[in-house]
Amino acid sequence: MAALTIAAGTGNWFSALALGVTLLKCLLIPTYYSTDFEVHRNWLAITHSLPISQWYYEATSEWTLDYPPFFAWFEYILSHVAKYFDQEMLNVHNLNYSSSRTLLFQRFSVIFTDILFVYAVHECCKCIGGKKVGKELTEKPKFILSVLLLWNFGLLIVDHIHFQYNGFLFGLMLLSIARLFQKRHMEGAFLFAVLLHFKHIYLYVAPAYGVYLLRSYCFTANKSDGSIRWNSFSFVRVISLGLVVFLVSALSLGPFLALNQLPQVFSRLFPFKRGLCHAYWAPNFWALYNALDKVLSVIGLKLKFLDPNKIPKASMTSGLVQQFQHTVLPSVTPLATLICTLIAILPSIFCLWFKPQGPRGFLRCLILCALSSFMFGWHVHEKAILLAILPMSLLSVGKAGDASVFLILTTTGHYSLFPLLFTAPELPIKILLMLLFTIYSISSLKTLFRKEKPLFNWMETFYLLGLGPLEVCCEFVFPLTSWKLKYPFIPLLLTSVYCAVGITYAWFKLYVSVLIDPPVVKTKKQ
Amino acid sequence: MEKWYLMTIVVLIGLTVRWTVSLNSYSGAGKPPMFGDYEAQRHWQEITFNLPVKQWYFNSSDNNLQYWGLDYPPLTAYHSLLCAYVAKFINADWIALHTSRGYESQAHKLFMRSTVLIADLLIYIPAVVLYCCCLKEISTKKKIANVLCILLYPGLILIDYGHFQYNSVSLGFALWGVLGVSCDWDLLGSLAFCLAINYKQMELYHSLPFFCFLLGKCFKKGLKGKGFVLLVKLACTVVASFILCWLPFFTEREQTLQVLRRLFPVDRGLFEDKVANIWCSFNVLLKIKDILPRHIQLIMRPVCLVLSDIPFMSTWFLLVSTFSMLPLLLKDELLMPSVVTTMAFFIACVTFFSIFEKTSEEELQLKSFSISVRKYLPCFTFLSRIIQYLFLISVITMVLLTLMTVTLDPPQKLPDLFSVLVCFVSCLNFLFFLVYFNIIIMWDSQNGRNQKKIS
Repeated sequence: MAALTIAAGTGNWFSALALGVTLLKCLLIPTYYSTDFEVHRNWLAITHSLPISQWYYEATSEWTLDYPPFFAWFEYILSHVAKYFDQEMLNVHNLNYSSSRTLLFQRFSVIFTDILFVYAVHECCKCIGGKKVGKELTEKPKFILSVLLLWNFGLLIVDHIHFQYNGFLFGLMLLSIARLFQKRHMEGAFLFAVLLHFKHIYLYVAPAYGVYLLRSYCFTANKSDGSIRWNSFSFVRVISLGLVVFLVSALSLGPFLALNQLPQVFSRLFPFKRGLCHAYWAPNFWALYNALDKVLSVIGLKLKFLDPNKIPKASMTSGLVQQFQHTVLPSVTPLATLICTLIAILPSIFCLWFKPQGPRGFLRCLILCALSSFMFGWHVHEKAILLAILPMSLLSVGKAGDASVFLILTTTGHYSLFPLLFTAPELPIKILLMLLFTIYSISSLKTLFRKEKPLFNWMETFYLLGLGPLEVCCEFVFPLTSWKLKYPFIPLLLTSVYCAVGITYAWFKLYVSVLIDPPVVKTKKQ
Repeated sequence: MEKWYLMTIVVLIGLTVRWTVSLNSYSGAGKPPMFGDYEAQRHWQEITFNLPVKQWYFNSSDNNLQYWGLDYPPLTAYHSLLCAYVAKFINADWIALHTSRGYESQAHKLFMRSTVLIADLLIYIPAVVLYCCCLKEISTKKKIANVLCILLYPGLILIDYGHFQYNSVSLGFALWGVLGVSCDWDLLGSLAFCLAINYKQMELYHSLPFFCFLLGKCFKKGLKGKGFVLLVKLACTVVASFILCWLPFFTEREQTLQVLRRLFPVDRGLFEDKVANIWCSFNVLLKIKDILPRHIQLIMRPVCLVLSDIPFMSTWFLLVSTFSMLPLLLKDELLMPSVVTTMAFFIACVTFFSIFEKTSEEELQLKSFSISVRKYLPCFTFLSRIIQYLFLISVITMVLLTLMTVTLDPPQKLPDLFSVLVCFVSCLNFLFFLVYFNIIIMWDSQNGRNQKKIS
């Protein structure tokens, strides 16, 4: 009986949380899945049936391979398990093949690979200290962090309903962050390098890694006032870091270099032919920019400042993924977005260099890089907000100020994911899960920081409460009005712009708190 | 403040599990000509909406009683009528007389599932929350954990949101009844319980202990004074609620009789399906007549209520009760949700009630019993150990049987082998529980609280 007790994990709350959310993911198996399901089935087929030389050239399906080689190898390994479920899914010509066994296999593969995410969360919980408000388990920062990460609403609906493999990728990222917290820098660097070669979107946060490792790992000591001690530079460390990155990249891109396919691979990975925003505007700066442009053009037309014949017929809101031009404000090019992004991340990078605050400072810089890239990037997908939300969870249980920013960012960011699930059966699920996560996060963090000033001022409270009526209007009221046929994009536009306001505000608040934070004076030998 | 947000979260979890289960198949999906319970409920909406009240329970050219004729009391009929009005507003094809037979579509499924969820949310869930809040002598955390475990009970979720039924309405009303009489709101409690009986006649099984308890209350207050007044008031409440529900059917004697005939079809057999009770097991030898299945719901309800008192046995019993419905759930293609919800329920009970630490004699409320036995058998100290081993054997058997039923094909000569085995194993377990619960009642009769809850 004792063995059963141990096996059942009596009192082991982490296992219970992990198991609970895994069971929930199993219940989500029969839900709606997006075209990403077919994307991954196609990649299973490509990597299984074709030789490596064909992987980045194959174009039978419109969903061509556009992730780095490690992900392709991952699909290759999966395909060898897939053949025991349904051999037919591995046929490149079976477009949109989705038998029940295929569905089962794909869903289970996401659930299974989430083990890495669970492990990473476990490691992260070991790293964060946080104050203890009370003896209650539910008030411990570790517990709250575990729930915020394991039961994260965004990850659940993007991975287990919409269908993607973000779980284990974020697991890699959180694990590398945890290793940096544990001063195991080489492992952290290695894990991040591997991650980059799984999904290159993590390039957004590469500057934070680069600068942090250079400043706080390659320079082994600081002067007494915290500034850099140039003579403590360690060539050994720089070279070993470089070696790690080089070896990982060689493993990943080597085969394609040998086949002279690198340009093709890169053209697949970075398709700049797509537009500034995709069908549904990610709630970033450009959403506000587009909205302003629209408003100005409408005003311009009404006041006869603009000639109706000169305005491009199709607008950005018609849902096509092509390049369009703005009417009133200057058009935006990929280069412009890159410059904006670089300018946006520069202050945080400078902070990381000149006022290093150890791993916590690195984490803040990482989050700011992710958020800034989200704000100003080219063709950003709203799912990219998770890149900022998940690491931010680690900060949220530390300080009240961070908790406040986290809650605004998360609630708004999660709400902006609603348009991803537009089918009727999934409507109750997304509302219930959103309520679950939001209520839990707000109340647990409020309880954790109850001895400090309130987390939200009246403006922020009103804004967050406004999400409720917005949802009711967009989802329930609008479809019953006559505008549904004439202006079908209005709910998307409203959601996008409303969330963009919140996310911009959170980004700004976080930036201010990082910039005005006093530097920590330490002379540590690392 | 803390308590309410935790309670909200628990209710949200319960609702999420319910809705995700409802995404799966329902009974009789895509199986003409008879389909299943889902079609029965849709058909009742059709009948109650299109035909006058007098024809609801009668056989006619418009109402073929052989095709899912109404066999629940009038409250179910009124509920179906209400749903039908909503259905008419959304899409009249769903309840069009004759032509809507066997109607199946995604939108319709969404509508039907929503009606179950709304009924649950309005009646059953508030009852559970209030009941657990009123429990005495346990901490707030335990109360909330109680709500979670009760809401996660797989049997009810799978039958209501999978197979498709409205058990939560009658069980909810019954629970309001229990709540009412526990809080000394005897009249409201009786009213609620009458509503439960008038929704599903199976609640009559609970009526005897309910009635006895109330009678006991009257006796305690003294039959010459307050007790008599209470008795009269209760009688009036019961009669009034019955009259209210049956009003359209009291106009003619034939109406009343016909409804009664539909409710209590003694000319049907002893089992409608393979049922896990003694009769099923005996039938292999004796071949007796039928009894309707899914009555297990009525037994599990009271057991849920004592979850915090005897967590180990309650959890075990509730697991067995879910297992006993395995053949039915497999027929409805609900294997995945069954396994997942059962595991979720088990994990919740283990985590919140630490059930494996509560297997001592005292925890199992068998202390007085074993002391009595030790008067004759001084070496009887291993009761705890026996029960733990029995649990292990029971769980292993259930898991093995589930695996066998899913993976293997039964031999050609015995096509119902696995179903019967499931019935048999469940029945053995139920007999054990019958003995156990009777022992606790008899040996702990001085503890009045137990009597009330284990009724």
